[in-house]
This record gives sequence, structure tokens and C-alpha cells, in this order.
Amino acid sequence: MTATLEINQISFNYGPKKALDKVTFAIKPGFNVLLGPNGAGKSTLISLLTRLTKVDSGNILCDGFDLEKETAKVMRLFGVVFQQSTLDLDLSIKQNLVYHGALHGLSAKQSLSNVMPLLEEFELSSRLGDKVRSLNGGHRRRVELVRALLHKPKVLLLDEASVGLDNPSRHMIINYLRQCVRQEGLAVLWTTHLLDEINASDYLIMLNQGRVAQQGQVSTLLAQYAVNDVQALYAALTDAFAFNKI
Amino acid sequence: MNLSHYYVAFLGIVSRELHRFFQQRTRLLSALIRPLLWLVVFAAGFRAALGVSIMEPYGTYITYQTYITPGLCCMIILFNGMQSSLSMVYDREMGSMKVLLMSPLPRPFLLFCKVFATALLSLIQVYIFLALAQLVDVEIDFMGYITAIPAVFLIALFLGALGLMLSNLIKQLENFAGVMNFVIFPMFFLSSALYPLWKMKEASLWLYWICHYNPFSYCVELLRFALYEQANTDTLMVLIPITCVVVVLALASFSPKSGGRR
Repeated sequence: MTATLEINQISFNYGPKKALDKVTFAIKPGFNVLLGPNGAGKSTLISLLTRLTKVDSGNILCDGFDLEKETAKVMRLFGVVFQQSTLDLDLSIKQNLVYHGALHGLSAKQSLSNVMPLLEEFELSSRLGDKVRSLNGGHRRRVELVRALLHKPKVLLLDEASVGLDNPSRHMIINYLRQCVRQEGLAVLWTTHLLDEINASDYLIMLNQGRVAQQGQVSTLLAQYAVNDVQALYAALTDAFAFNKI
Repeated sequence: MNLSHYYVAFLGIVSRELHRFFQQRTRLLSALIRPLLWLVVFAAGFRAALGVSIMEPYGTYITYQTYITPGLCCMIILFNGMQSSLSMVYDREMGSMKVLLMSPLPRPFLLFCKVFATALLSLIQVYIFLALAQLVDVEIDFMGYITAIPAVFLIALFLGALGLMLSNLIKQLENFAGVMNFVIFPMFFLSSALYPLWKMKEASLWLYWICHYNPFSYCVELLRFALYEQANTDTLMVLIPITCVVVVLALASFSPKSGGRR
């Protein structure tokens, strides 16, 4: 199967500071984890993928379409949950969803029918008229996830989407995404620094100081580094990176 | 992408702005209180001192309230335009701007929809104000209200686009006070909104020339004539090209991250 999202030799600087240095990896449908400590360049990469920032060099392809040249086709394939909430607090859940749908060319009716099952699963269907301001952090995150899936994207980008959530909310969201991956063939790029969110079946891309330190199936990497769990793998990868073995 | 996508997105952006506006009741209230205070209090106090003789487009002597009404309408549009720049900065800081920019549609189109929505909000506020102005004997013919619509809309597009341009310069919400001091007040006071320019000429020639070249004076005069069912071609010939230039510049210079890289 060809890659859904290809990131080729992406570099980006904040002034003199190198944020990303020739980052290259590809993801396929499945649960892909972009792991790295704070400041590794995860959010910068999401910012480049979503065109909020322009790349200095390199290119990004999604389903064969170049992000720079065929922006509209690529953006249609992306669903995004940013680290910082992007919901409009003064609008209701329904108004937020309908607005997002409209930006993707969907009528209000179509938008709501697309997400009604998900709203029910997330126990939000009875709260459609509630203002986002009145929701707690966990519910806001759920609304953001519903919104990101509303236009049926092929690639879902989540930038530290579980930060600030309690364990039940975190697990609910991650479990749902894993279900989407299995049932709908969605490609998820889940950026995190929380190791307990990673499974052996996931594809891991470890980012450190703006470079890809290692990538591969978690189970393969566990075997390669002769460790038993993700914590030990992370420590091994970090050590290897620090001593320039990678 | 087909035309219906553009149409649905356009309606979505405009209705979002309308929803937001009508849910922020204090914004509507303050948008109306400000010009009403000028009309009721300031005009009552200064009507004797600032008597206005017969001048175009008025066919006879008019009250000072009648004279400043077009200027106060433009003041509403000016404040709303600058308020929209504040709203852009807020959206950028709160992250909701990302939702707009993640749409597959071209960014200039999305931003134009925002400017259009701002213009529509200005139009609504101006007509509520004009309805209230009748209570203090500001008399305008029914047809005047109709002929003023395109004028208000053109002025609102110009000032809305100016607000969008300014939002690129404002790095934080706190900097809005600077917009008040360096944009809104000079534009408003150095114009024909509160006094005819010939009066300014009598007082100070250099101030007169500043007022004369202030685009806001052209806005006020365009609306003044439009409310009396006349098209002021001199002002139109200035405002239409300026509006086109400002709209293009605003759309082209937009940066998703203020003060940052594009």
C-alpha cells in the first residue's frame, strides 16, 4: 500500500534557530504516533502540515497531491485537532459544527447527519444547543474531535490532543480513534509526549531536536532495542540520540 | 470545488459573524450608545455654536443634528471595522482563526467573506441608528434610506478591509488602544463628520488640507449625499479605487500569525 502522507526533507527555522532539520517520514492508514519531548518540533510540523506556516524547504504529499501546489485537494483530506482549543466559545456546539461543515461545502443538515452517531457515542447529542463556554475540557475536546471528523477526512492530525484531559476522557478519545483506524482505514497522526498512549501495533516516529531520531513499528523497535515496554524504548532512543548513535 | 461550495462557505462565515454579534448584546448596545450620545448630547450643546448655513446637499437650513448624522453613521462603520480587526486578533489568539484557514477554499476568498460580513453588520447597526435618530427630529426621506444602502456598504467594505490590514499589525489584544488613538480618533476628528470643511479652512489652512485628503471625509460626504438621494461622483471616484486597493492589500498582506512569518 502506498503512503497516505509523505513528508520529504522538511526543514524550518525560527530565525537563527533550526526547528526542523530535513524531517522525512511517511504514514499509512493506521495509528501513527509522533513522539518527542517538548520543543522537539511536533507542533511546528503540524503547523507546516496545516499550512499555517510555510515550509523553508522540502515537500509534503498527501495521497500523491503536493500540499503547496494542490492545497485545496490536500486540505480536504485533513482533519485536525490542534493543541490549543479552536472552538468558538460564544457559539453552541451545533453552530461550531455547522460552521466547520460550511467551510468544507456541507449544508447544516448534511454536517449534522454526518456526525450524529459520533455525537451520541460521545454523549453530546442532547447538548447541541449548549454554548461551548459551558463545557468542561473533556467535552470540548470531544467536540473538536467530532468536528475534525465531520467532513470525513482521510488523515487525522492531532497535536497533543490529550493534554489536560483526565484519564477517562483520554482513553475514550484514543479508543475511539483506534476503532476508526480499524473500521474506516483512517490514517491518524497522533503527536504526544505521553508514553502510555502508545501501543505495540502503532507506527512510531520519534522526533528529537527537530530531527527524526527513529521510526518504525513499535513492536519492531522493542525487539530491535531489546526492551520490554515503551518507557524503556523511549529511554533507549533518547540515549542513542544523545550519544549520536542515531 | 464547485460554486455551491463557495456559496455554502460564504453563508457559513456570514451567519457565524451574525450569530456572534447578536449574542454579544453589549457590543450592539455600545455601538449605538456612542453615536447616540453625540447626536443627543453633543449636538444639543453645540448646535448654537456650530450653526450650519445652507450647503449641498441640503436645500435649506438644517439642524446640527441633521448635519452630523452621516458622520455618526460613518463613525459606527469605522468602529465596527476596527472592532472586526480586534475580533481577528482575538480569533488568532484564541485559535479559532485556524478553523477558517484550514478550509480548502482560497484564503483571499475566506477573508473577503469576513470583510463582507463586517460590512453587513455595519449596515445593520447604521440602520438601527438611523431609526433611533428620527426620535431627535433627523428627517430623511424614505428613498434616502434606500439610496444610502450602497454607500454604507461601500464605506463598510473600505473600513472593514482597513481593519483587516490593521489586524496584521496588532500583535496583542492589548494594543487595541493604539488603534483608538492613532486610527479611529484622527480619522474621525480630521474629517467633515462634525463640521463642514469650509469652517475648518477658516480656522486653519493646514488642518483643512489634512481633512480634505482624509479618506474618511469622502466616506462622510458620500453618505451625506446618498441620504438625500444624490450620488456624489467626486467622492465615488476617490472611494471606489481606494476601496479596491485596500481590499486587495488587506487580503494579500494577511498573515495567519501576527508579527510572524507568512
